[in-house]
Amino acid sequence: MSVTTAKRPNAYVGSPVERVEDLRFLTGRGEYVADLTREGQWHAAVVRSSLAHGRIVSLDVDQALALPGVRAVLTARDIGIVPLIPLRTGLPSYQPYAQPAIADNIVRYVGEPIALVLADTAEIAEDAADKVISEIEPLPLVLGWDQSVNGQILLIGDTTTNVAGRHLASRGDAAAAFAKAPYRRRETFRVHRHMAMPMETRGVLAEWDSATSHLTVHGAAKAPYFNRKSLAKMLNMPEASVDCMECDVGGGFGARGEVYPEDFLIAFAARKFARPIKWIEDRREHFMAMNHAREIDADLEIACTRDGKLLGLRGNAYIDCGAYIRPSCITSVRNIATFMAGAYRIPNFEVYGTAALTNKTPAGGFRGPGRYESCFFFERLMDIVADDLKLDRLEFRRRNLVTADDMPYPLAKLEPSESPDGFLDSGHYPATLDACAHEFGWADKLKLNGTVIDNLHHGIGLCCFVEGGAAGPRENVRLEIESSGDVTLYSGSSAIGQGLETVMSQIAADALEIPMERIRVLHGSTNLLHEGFGSFASRATVVGGNAVLVAAKTLLETVRNAAAERFQVSPEAVLVANGVANASDGRTLSFADLGDLKLKAEGTFANSKATYSYGTAMAHVAVDATTGFTKLLEYQVVDDVGRAINPLTLHGQVIGAAVQGLGGVFSEDLPYDENGQLLVGSFAEYVMPVATDYPNIHATTMEQYPSPNNPLGAKGAGEGGIIPVAGAVGNAVAAALAPLGVTIRHLPLTPARVWELIQAARA
Amino acid sequence: MKLPPFDYRAPTSLQEALALLADHPGDARLLAGGQSLIPILAFRLAQPALLIDLRHVPSLNHIDINDSATTLGAMVRWCEIEKSEPLPQAQPLLYDACLHIAHFQIRNRGTVGGSLAHADPAAELPGVAVCCEARIRLSSGQEIAAAEFFTGALQTTLAPEEMILAVVFPAWPAARKWGFAEFARRPGDLAIAGIALFYDLDMAGRARDAHIAVIGATNLPMRLSSAEARLNGADLNEAALAAVAQAAADSADPPADIHASIAYRKSLVATLVRRALVQAMSR
Repeated sequence: MSVTTAKRPNAYVGSPVERVEDLRFLTGRGEYVADLTREGQWHAAVVRSSLAHGRIVSLDVDQALALPGVRAVLTARDIGIVPLIPLRTGLPSYQPYAQPAIADNIVRYVGEPIALVLADTAEIAEDAADKVISEIEPLPLVLGWDQSVNGQILLIGDTTTNVAGRHLASRGDAAAAFAKAPYRRRETFRVHRHMAMPMETRGVLAEWDSATSHLTVHGAAKAPYFNRKSLAKMLNMPEASVDCMECDVGGGFGARGEVYPEDFLIAFAARKFARPIKWIEDRREHFMAMNHAREIDADLEIACTRDGKLLGLRGNAYIDCGAYIRPSCITSVRNIATFMAGAYRIPNFEVYGTAALTNKTPAGGFRGPGRYESCFFFERLMDIVADDLKLDRLEFRRRNLVTADDMPYPLAKLEPSESPDGFLDSGHYPATLDACAHEFGWADKLKLNGTVIDNLHHGIGLCCFVEGGAAGPRENVRLEIESSGDVTLYSGSSAIGQGLETVMSQIAADALEIPMERIRVLHGSTNLLHEGFGSFASRATVVGGNAVLVAAKTLLETVRNAAAERFQVSPEAVLVANGVANASDGRTLSFADLGDLKLKAEGTFANSKATYSYGTAMAHVAVDATTGFTKLLEYQVVDDVGRAINPLTLHGQVIGAAVQGLGGVFSEDLPYDENGQLLVGSFAEYVMPVATDYPNIHATTMEQYPSPNNPLGAKGAGEGGIIPVAGAVGNAVAAALAPLGVTIRHLPLTPARVWELIQAARA
Repeated sequence: MKLPPFDYRAPTSLQEALALLADHPGDARLLAGGQSLIPILAFRLAQPALLIDLRHVPSLNHIDINDSATTLGAMVRWCEIEKSEPLPQAQPLLYDACLHIAHFQIRNRGTVGGSLAHADPAAELPGVAVCCEARIRLSSGQEIAAAEFFTGALQTTLAPEEMILAVVFPAWPAARKWGFAEFARRPGDLAIAGIALFYDLDMAGRARDAHIAVIGATNLPMRLSSAEARLNGADLNEAALAAVAQAAADSADPPADIHASIAYRKSLVATLVRRALVQAMSR
């Protein structure tokens, strides 16, 4: 007799389940790397370059060593051959520009590590770091992309250019399209340097086991398995002799969890001295040591018909990458070219992305890399054209957005590239535009656009966007039935504060037909699985989540076979449903009954096709022309994520990301002076949004077009919230100030800058 | 950002505190609320040999209000000012300005004496003290006018062995008109510019005895005498508002930093004078 499996509707997937992590976090029971201590540990402090470019003449460590409690001071000389940090993204041609693990002879930015002090306490280590005396002979500086590209001063020996790489994204024949275009417009734009700024700074605790020659590095995040490979390579050790352990992580945003110089230095010291070594980054060094991001200049020209049909886009984007190419930096270079007009159908396209080195803190990935910036550039350009040609801003976009009929729509071809050509996977982009206009009340608010009420200049703006997600290549999951009958889920994805445990539990609970409470999720650490990939590029839910489906299917099959053996019947005569194996004669076995068998199953989901969430954001602002202060009156975003596994955590992601994006628009800034000195070092100067700053943010999620590229139908959604912010809000401020003759082309829109723009327009 | 090494004492009497201070000339710092000093130590901008914590010194944390003056002890915290019932009537400008100080957690710890001694040019209390001609009572027995006490950014006339005991605000006539306006990047941040002002009305309804003080937009809190002169005797109309605001902007001598240019700060001074005057006129 054969039994067919009864299908029950999803209980958890799609439900706004509260985060299982929150009780732990809210009651102070999270465990972060700073919470770890080990018997006999030494504390490290990093001595950093105070010059932006120079040759190290001497490093005098004697005074530091003389301080009671100081154990050792390491410099490049003690490392021997200083390894370069392997790249996680980007072609091998970028590798010569990778960062050395410690400055070796030359320093290239303020904050570059030049020595590591080891002491009994963190306080003593910091005291001693002040006593390392460095003599550095200054070298001429490169402080902007233009100066970098002209190449008169070369930053890296053995290279002939400061341009680490250049990519062309193309489609059709831009030259021909522009030659006969009825209308063209060329503009330059700029997004300024700012950074991810997670609440928790970085930290490393490395332990060396002499007996087994094994290194354990705590404080991993984002991509622990890749980072293990990198560390093993840099330390010249077998990969199996290194483990990267994940603690709770207070935010990643793309910046946390790549390999930085400190990851190597602390591990190296632990091995050298056979001691646990702990280093917790302080906020001041975080500003100069953690990846910076977003500093991109663009020169773009658009071609269209006078009634608003887009014909072509061409131009250049220059990314200020700082002093070295860090592991994930090139993603922004690729994205700025490929996605310069990501949501739109533009038949002829030719956009270059150029990675330029300068004497500033190296840049890296930051939530929505290249996408946040491109939305500002291109959507500003769209509004400038709409204004010029007297086109309705919504209709102009609606006419050119990618539609369901275009799917799968080929992305611009990127050259050179290590990835296959990509396609937008599914969707009807005008649908979110119309839904957003409805939710926001665009037509009504349009009456306020450009008006002045109580000395406040009102403006509304919008932005359409795509968000790439679900980066490959694959993810691994193992499910094990414990003796209690509960299930442990081991995931190669990592938790960076996004609610991974909740989402994985939901998916597994539905697939296994058991309550969520019976699933425990362990993740991230490299001792859990033979291989994993991690959480970046909005991938964990899609790639890790689908791997759960695969593993669950295998596990249920394993349960069925095991139960059949106990029942002494054929597997076809067993029905596994709701966590119970049923024989046709009424006998049952629960997971707990089978617990002694230690049943387990592995699942891998491989993915070469990205998902593309998309959406539209609209903003209503009021600008006080006397102070330059912009009040965000309302912000609405509508996105289609294919399938929302958990609307509650998704909304948290979208709204949090929106506020993070507003920080980039209005206040966060990393200015340098003419000596290459970073001018901010604390939150007194680096102005982050606080919880009360932006109360009126609304997010609406649609699920009209599931991704065809995975069984869940889900699309990555961790970054979409930030991507359209500068485009929508930039356009709103521009609309508010257009009657004053102001054109917005640069971020940030700090009160002082907006005021200066108004003065300049009046002059 | 770990603190540098220092000795720590928490004396239980004023005499003991002063004796410790005298024993470590120039090498000891008084710890009041710690809201400026601790970050200064964390950034290692100062490395005193000794911290003298005033938390157990009695009688420095009283708010005294009588017919001739309001006296705030050096260890009075912002949250105590905020919760004081008589202060809004007794010193409305002082009370209102203090509500602009920093954030909840900082207001629970920050003190009157700490703010005066730290002398941040953007701090509210020094500006109000200068505006109101308050006097600062020192351990030496001297009382010094606030306007003479502040000598520059983070600079005062306080001698190394001296300590602030209290600040004394002259009594406030009930009919006095006043306003306070500031502009900061976020509510609670240090002001890029701020204005505290008051005036009385003569029998004809014209302003007299105008006091206008600026914070944030200058190197130290100061009164803007040419703007005050414009306001004195003026009919309070739109033209007067504009003239006073302009005079204030013209006489302010602001610094430039990463948040604001000189021109922007001058413009803010004009805007804030106008806003404070509009508040005053509406009272």
